[in-house]
Amino acid sequence: MSVPSADQQIEMLTQMLRIREFEERVKRTFTDYPGVIRGHTHLADGAEASIVGSLSHFKKGDAALATYRCHGYPIVLGSDTRAMMAEILGRADGLCKGLGGSMHLTDVKNGFLGTSGIVGAGIPHAAGAAWAAQIRKKGEVVFCFFGDGASKQGAFAETLNIASLWKLPVIFVMENNGYNVVTTSAQEDANAAAGQPLAIKATSFAMPGVTVDGTDPLAVAATVGEAVALARQGGGPTLVESKVYRLSAHGNIIAPPGVPLHYPEHEAIAVFGKREEYEAALRGDPVPRFRGMLVQNGTLTAAAADAITRKVADEMEAAVKFAVASPFPALESALDNVYA
Amino acid sequence: MAQLPFIAAIDAGIHQEMKRDSSVLYFGQNLATTENHDFVKAYGHDRVRVTPISETAEIGMAVGAAMAGLRPVVELYMAEFMLVAMDQVVNEAPRFRYMSGGQVKVPLVLKAGFGFACGWAGQHTGSLTALFMGVPGLKVVVPSTAADAKGLMATSIRDDNPVVFLHHYLLTLEHGEVPDGEHLVPFGQATVRRTGTDVTIVSTGWMVNRALAAAELLAAEGIQAEVIDPRTVAPLDLDTILKSVAKTGRLVVVDQAPRHATVGGIIAADVVEHGFESLKAPILQVNARDATVPYSEPLEAYVIPDEARICAAVRKVCKTAR
Repeated sequence: MSVPSADQQIEMLTQMLRIREFEERVKRTFTDYPGVIRGHTHLADGAEASIVGSLSHFKKGDAALATYRCHGYPIVLGSDTRAMMAEILGRADGLCKGLGGSMHLTDVKNGFLGTSGIVGAGIPHAAGAAWAAQIRKKGEVVFCFFGDGASKQGAFAETLNIASLWKLPVIFVMENNGYNVVTTSAQEDANAAAGQPLAIKATSFAMPGVTVDGTDPLAVAATVGEAVALARQGGGPTLVESKVYRLSAHGNIIAPPGVPLHYPEHEAIAVFGKREEYEAALRGDPVPRFRGMLVQNGTLTAAAADAITRKVADEMEAAVKFAVASPFPALESALDNVYA
Repeated sequence: MAQLPFIAAIDAGIHQEMKRDSSVLYFGQNLATTENHDFVKAYGHDRVRVTPISETAEIGMAVGAAMAGLRPVVELYMAEFMLVAMDQVVNEAPRFRYMSGGQVKVPLVLKAGFGFACGWAGQHTGSLTALFMGVPGLKVVVPSTAADAKGLMATSIRDDNPVVFLHHYLLTLEHGEVPDGEHLVPFGQATVRRTGTDVTIVSTGWMVNRALAAAELLAAEGIQAEVIDPRTVAPLDLDTILKSVAKTGRLVVVDQAPRHATVGGIIAADVVEHGFESLKAPILQVNARDATVPYSEPLEAYVIPDEARICAAVRKVCKTAR
């Protein structure tokens, strides 16, 4: 695989900064605008490099499907961040008209086909979309994003078996952040407990399985690039285990109405008392690290990086303002779109 | 018109749509395993495939393929096999159009037999229709004649929503006149299978046959029963039922499911709410007895509603005056 050009690397940094800033703004609404976000949000901070590296191979006609932790992908695919934020606030101008919310962002015109809030359930959806791509014979592929927890679901095993058997053009990107909510991988995964990479699961399904440092966008781009090339040529699926560290807690606190929502401390500290593990992850934060690398190797100047950061901050500030000002949907719209 | 068994009529409906629309897929377990398979010969392996025993993946892939523009028909054989993948049926397929604010369509058909009360014991004999009928976004189809089997299957495939197509296994070899050529039966239109003036009987699937047989026995006693088959329970044609009850003043609902898991109970509640003034007697329900379907033949017959129980319920409501 060719290494991304300087411009492509700057674009990758920009997208990582956009995801991070969007997520920071989601978090900040809990203090700046208490009550505007209801239910459950899940942030992608720590996984930006993995998302951006993977989707650097996305072409028009491809599709991506993901989970309830779904803010990052549509940002990269070109969704309007104002409409995304309005959706998370349940407003009329939301990407999904306020019917889906944070866990179900969808943007078909940009190739973001759907997101299931049920762990593992979206994996067969991606394979089905890949079957459609296989029939169309245009070399299109489907990106299937899910977490390490999903690999313990039957849907994962059933789908990887069929996808490999049928040589479907799908790339299974497992973002392994080491925790299923408050359960560590070693507590729930036989491979993890045995000290094996989770990518080893691919061998059961006769497909390539590879583990990559998901905090390095160039490494992810190289690894996923090989998987995408294989899939486009009809060589079938690959399981990519992308190792990331979730920098926020699993989600905002789960609470009944009236209790202000917020993001609690990460489970590594709050549950397991592993402050050093978490602080090490923070020191390895992929966003400042990639920026630092690009500045250091002269791909862009610090001033240019600052300018991108300011522009991104302005975009996300505008997204929040737009969302807060957007009206709630008309009540009758709750009955629209039940049936096609 | 051709005389076809019910099961062949369903296939005719699938063929009709696969011929006219190359986006229709047909797949499932234990089909299309040789090049001699009818559907493989006609449409090829891109569109017709055998799957492993993986209901969650089969139905989940149908959801994804549908969102990507295809029209999958999943052969599930038995309704109980959907229970293995209930998340995909109830909490995935019918949710995506809504949660995406109408951006995607999920046109798929889940074809499953049910109610095989002929010695299949406890796990292959259920009547699960009511489990699906209340799920917003799902449509639920229950044909009782060969002609409807073809026409409703074709309409199911053309529909832009997920459809659970439930065919009663005891109807499999029942022959009926089936229209040649393109045949479509609209959703949400009940059919009056027998006209009568004294009592309305509403039932679906194989129970329609038992209701019709009961109606003949009752006619000999001077009671004229009107038998209505809703054909689709989601959407449900309540108007036809209410009109009939307005005429007869009496309603018996017959359902092969146990009492608190029936379509009949839901229809009864709707009729009470919207047609109470028509009723001359309480609505009676004839259901399976509240047990797992037993294996032993006389016990199975005891649990499943039969003509005698339908007749007894009708006689009781006809004796009641208000």
